[in-house]
Amino acid sequence: MKKIMLGNEAVARGLYEAGCRLVSSYPGTPSTEITEYAALYPEIYAEWAVNEKVALEVALGASVAGGRAFSCMKHVGLNVAADPLFISSYTGINGGLVIGVADDPGMHSSQNEQDSRHYAEAAKLPMIEPSDSAECLEFTKEAFELSELFNTPVILRLNTRVSHSQSVVETAERKETELKKYIKDPSKWVMIPANARPRHQVVEKRICDISDYAENCVFNKTEIHECTSIGIITAGPSYNYAREVFGDTVSYLKIGMVYPLPINTIREFASRFERVIVIEELDDIIESFCRQAGLTVEGKNLLPITGEFSQELLAEKILGKAADYDSFEEPVPPRPPVLCPGCPHRGVFYVFKKLKLYVSGDIGCYTLGAAPPLAAIDTTFCMGASVSALHGYNKILPENTKKSVAVIGDSTFMHSGITGLANIVYNKGISTVVVLDNRITGMTGHQENPCSGHTLKGESTAEIMPENIAYALGVKKERVVTVDPADLAEVEAALRRELEQDEPSVIVARRPCALLKYVKREAPYAVDREKCRSCRACMSIGCPCISITNGKAEINQSSCAGCALCMQLCRFDAIIGGNTQ
Amino acid sequence: MTGNIIQKQTKNIKNKNIKNIMIVGVGGQGTLLASRILGNALLAYGYDVRVSEVHGMSQRGGSVVTYVKYGEKVYSPVICRGEADIILAFEQLEAARWLSHLKKGGILITNTQRINPMPVVTGAAEYPGDITDKIKAKGISLIAADAQSLALSAGSEKTANVVLIGVMTKYLGVDDITVEKTIRELVPARFLDVNMKAYELGRNISAGSVK
Ligand SMILES: Cc1ncc(C[n+]2csc(CCOP(=O)(O)OP(=O)(O)O)c2C)c(N)n1
Repeated sequence: MKKIMLGNEAVARGLYEAGCRLVSSYPGTPSTEITEYAALYPEIYAEWAVNEKVALEVALGASVAGGRAFSCMKHVGLNVAADPLFISSYTGINGGLVIGVADDPGMHSSQNEQDSRHYAEAAKLPMIEPSDSAECLEFTKEAFELSELFNTPVILRLNTRVSHSQSVVETAERKETELKKYIKDPSKWVMIPANARPRHQVVEKRICDISDYAENCVFNKTEIHECTSIGIITAGPSYNYAREVFGDTVSYLKIGMVYPLPINTIREFASRFERVIVIEELDDIIESFCRQAGLTVEGKNLLPITGEFSQELLAEKILGKAADYDSFEEPVPPRPPVLCPGCPHRGVFYVFKKLKLYVSGDIGCYTLGAAPPLAAIDTTFCMGASVSALHGYNKILPENTKKSVAVIGDSTFMHSGITGLANIVYNKGISTVVVLDNRITGMTGHQENPCSGHTLKGESTAEIMPENIAYALGVKKERVVTVDPADLAEVEAALRRELEQDEPSVIVARRPCALLKYVKREAPYAVDREKCRSCRACMSIGCPCISITNGKAEINQSSCAGCALCMQLCRFDAIIGGNTQ
Repeated sequence: MTGNIIQKQTKNIKNKNIKNIMIVGVGGQGTLLASRILGNALLAYGYDVRVSEVHGMSQRGGSVVTYVKYGEKVYSPVICRGEADIILAFEQLEAARWLSHLKKGGILITNTQRINPMPVVTGAAEYPGDITDKIKAKGISLIAADAQSLALSAGSEKTANVVLIGVMTKYLGVDDITVEKTIRELVPARFLDVNMKAYELGRNISAGSVK
């Protein structure tokens, strides 16, 4: 059947059709929907793991048991999963194992722009890269065949434009696969030096064999157009941009298996043209490979290493054709994302700012607390780093311990904050950690996590409380406090008290995300214009519902979620309504 | 050993035949649903279609843009500056922001709604005045509609996105029956009536009610 599907949905469809049995992933834009769509198929067991390392290990275990398995993550997630990634290359697989990784050139929603292809080369694993939804489906299915043919995990590389674009696919039926029998074989599965040495030889031979296979594989396509003097070597979404700019006026070698690269195919293709241009987003991996093979190619001399490509960029950089357009002449103010109306994170950042704290930040919706007017975050590195980096900061500047906190979301705490907290307790740290427990993974669009009480498949399950984890790690019972972030006075009192202590504290600010379906929307507040003195105190929390209209504060009635923060800040009782009526 | 060579006869696919539509707005306004309705309608009409959307910040009030492209064969899912045949803006400031993407001679359809971005709320920046007049003064075909009021009269302010789809279909040159059918497919049954009403109101907007 013909349909338009998101790239991510097509990957999930590919998993289904390939007879994949298990999917374990951790969310991360732009990869998240693959796992969400996979979970809709009753034939696939799908789960949110606590982090990417765990996810990939779960999938590896499923492969050992003989089932086809899949794990996916965003590009930085592969850093977290790098340990099992490299070792799975040595062990190989039993049931087919495919690892999805989604890069984000242009950083639409990421903290860096790393090129995942380096992992394929470093771990010596084949990597394939689709350029539209039809290929997402086809390549996912083929990836399992490749995995089982060469006894290797296969990496499926995606990208924001491929994952989040819809294009036409044709679906087929699911093909069930037999479970492969597990046979005890320590020489393959127990990676101690004595076994790993011979396995390394296997890995080297395997990647040579796959290089031969790459010359004739279904993933790479040569598209020769008559009378063309330019040959373009490209991969992934860049192929689409090139196709739109050059049409049939050039010929293409579209690489679908980006590692290992097909040396003979490339040589043969390059030999036909006067000019060969490599068009690849991010690093110059294909280009360097061509150069090493002694070929004369162009690429990064014309095109940037940073950012996302487009047809406009290719037309400008390669053809020297500038876009022709009109634009609005006055400055257009930016529209940055903001914490939602009623977001439980907002008040906590207000108090951080009020107390002038050094805030060791983390990754999640709450990173928006770095934006004005709250502007309350000092650092943001990678998931979990708030807790561990604060410990280092406080070891160097002990006098600042009473003026500093780490702030981390529930999903992020489960992902990699727990280990940092153990490190603080063990190493006699005295840091204060604030867990913003909104009972969901908010940033990536509401995924269940160990704190939310539900699995990906919607079943109810144990709800893990960060407080209990803190006790178990050795934080004293009286140093673990739970507050309601909607109550500014309570948050402030808890912070003032815990910052004074000479031992580690954990403050759990618990209130479910305002966008969760089960959260009842409270009645909106309004401004009594007579009483409003235009002091702008209510504006200091960065609420998108409050503005100054004709000199007085005004609250947008259709968007106000009734969180009452502004009411708590008004010294003139000018904010009325909400639940007080 | 040369891979799979597909020797294509030069069919001369005309990029000119591809139509580019951009839907821009503010997170939470329903631009994603609008682009999906449109994409599916165009597929049903027999076109090759690509729809591109950037997720992530869509719920958090940021600027959101989706691209819908259709034609005989579409490759790139994105629309660049000077390429859009139609821009459908759900908010005025977003119309101004993305104006550069309009093709010379293209049509800009904008909702008259105004949503202040945070820098305007905090007073760090100013919301430009008379946006639609300034755009018209440049000789650009602009259609402005008060989608909020029309949506309210349809029964729910939330259907403003469907009102705007209705306004736009007149300029698509696509049989509207297929659009109605996709609305039926993509909108939950209990909201179907208001949405169909909203669509009709948008579609029947008369030259007089267009500002
Ligand atoms: C290693 C890694 N994996 C995944 C992500 C994507 N990501 C960003 S924030 C986040 C989780 C945020 O959830 P939570 O900590 O509960 O905070 P919330 O957004 O709900 O406030 C995820 C999964 C990432 N940035 N890095």
